[in-house]
Amino acid sequence: MTRLAHRLIALPLGFLSACAGNQNAMGGQGLESANFIVLFLVFLAVCAVMYLLVLAGLGIALRRRRDAGQANSVDEDRHEETSARTKVALIVWTGLVTVGLTILTVASFFSDRSNASSTRRSGLALTITGNQWWWNVQYDTSDPSASVRTANEIHLPVNVPVHVTLKSNDVIHSFWVPNLAGKQDLIPGRQTDIELLPRRTGVFHGQCAEFCGVQHTRMALDVIVEPLDDFRRWYAQQLATAPAPTTRLQMAGYRYFVTRECSSCHNVAGSPAGGQIGPDLTHVASRRSIGAGTLPLNRGNLYGWIADPQSHKPGSRMPTIPMEPRDLHSLVAYIETLK
Amino acid sequence: MSLHCRNSLLAFALVALLAGCNREERNSRGKPLAETAPGMVTPDTILPGNARPSAPDPRAAQYENNAPSISQGQTLFAQMNCSGCHSHGGGGMGPALMDAKWRYGGRMDQIVASIAEGRPNGMPAWRGKLTEQQMWQIAAYVRTLSGQERKDAVSARADEMSNTPPQTQIEREPIESAESGQQ
Repeated sequence: MTRLAHRLIALPLGFLSACAGNQNAMGGQGLESANFIVLFLVFLAVCAVMYLLVLAGLGIALRRRRDAGQANSVDEDRHEETSARTKVALIVWTGLVTVGLTILTVASFFSDRSNASSTRRSGLALTITGNQWWWNVQYDTSDPSASVRTANEIHLPVNVPVHVTLKSNDVIHSFWVPNLAGKQDLIPGRQTDIELLPRRTGVFHGQCAEFCGVQHTRMALDVIVEPLDDFRRWYAQQLATAPAPTTRLQMAGYRYFVTRECSSCHNVAGSPAGGQIGPDLTHVASRRSIGAGTLPLNRGNLYGWIADPQSHKPGSRMPTIPMEPRDLHSLVAYIETLK
Repeated sequence: MSLHCRNSLLAFALVALLAGCNREERNSRGKPLAETAPGMVTPDTILPGNARPSAPDPRAAQYENNAPSISQGQTLFAQMNCSGCHSHGGGGMGPALMDAKWRYGGRMDQIVASIAEGRPNGMPAWRGKLTEQQMWQIAAYVRTLSGQERKDAVSARADEMSNTPPQTQIEREPIESAESGQQ
């Protein structure tokens, strides 16, 4: 019996495990997300109290009805006494509803104000452009030469408000990093905005939240929130051009990259490859994943991805390029130098 | 009897619906055929007109009248800046693609050959810059500009502002080869 009780208690707790981790709307690592949790708990408490009161009222009504049925006759005095009590109960109930709704309104008002307060002092601006099916990331600076372009991974300094401008190149996407904030759509031909204020460091997972085509599920991005010094170090490293290849194998990979299909779409700063259609690969080897979160970045997955992206992400805009094994080998050796 | 009749009519209608299926057939990887452009002709065989009598390439059927291929070709047409010279089919520095004149042939394989090898007076060679599959997709799109592809397979929406009518409204042009020597 106790084992059954334990299991009954453990079952709903098991569902809570879905709330853990780096893609969690109840994470609260960003200002908006933290405000949301407070608001959610206030709503939950108020609504739970009202719900239990309604159920209690229903239970009492059912019982009284049964008692009345057994008595078989209605006593006039008792009836008057009852209606007086009902009046009091109704007044209390109306008061409770008023107080409950007021609490919800006030909580929602302050939560919105707190979210909006971060917009007044933006410390960092970046533009994220949605594409089928990857994210182009541009850190906006007043000096264009200090602007970093990357893809599918953003680094943010902790406790610095970030203004994100959202655009789309093809269809409607939606930017969603649940640990930090709610969703915001990316609409072709328009510009939308979202404010982020990360409060705690960590690695979070973002995901396109608006169906955008066959590979919508594999349109993810990594968000790394780190101390300001680490962010500055990362930014300086991203701003640098790609290192020159050194070994003969890397040289061969470099030659293939800049002369063949790769360079039609991909950019590697510091090399003749300047395509702007696909993700910027200048520092691709420093990222956590390839194919917009499709595979974790490691040597084996690089081989697999370059050899046949269409088996990992069918329909992806990156075509399968038939290549000789030695070309694949040298290309991976070169790409691994792009730290 | 009438029930039987109705059932067979229903079956017939369902089978008829299948005819629409190849319009949407997706083949994201392309057929792993030998990686050669059609005919793999060397530059000295380029002759204006339909001079090269060859059997139509079997790969053309995969891409022609296929909606995903045509829309991929449309995207690539914009991304590779084909409109820089050809405009949105109307022509500019390069020849128009929406008329009946085809200097190097208007069949799928001939268009792919023109893309792969490049052509004199400005058309760059794309072999090695685009995959075979991408060139076939662009060729399928280029043919929609003069109304050669089926109207239910073409995209109803242009990706950018355009001074040409929507592809679903384009009249089919006959395919004529320009006379040799005429520019």
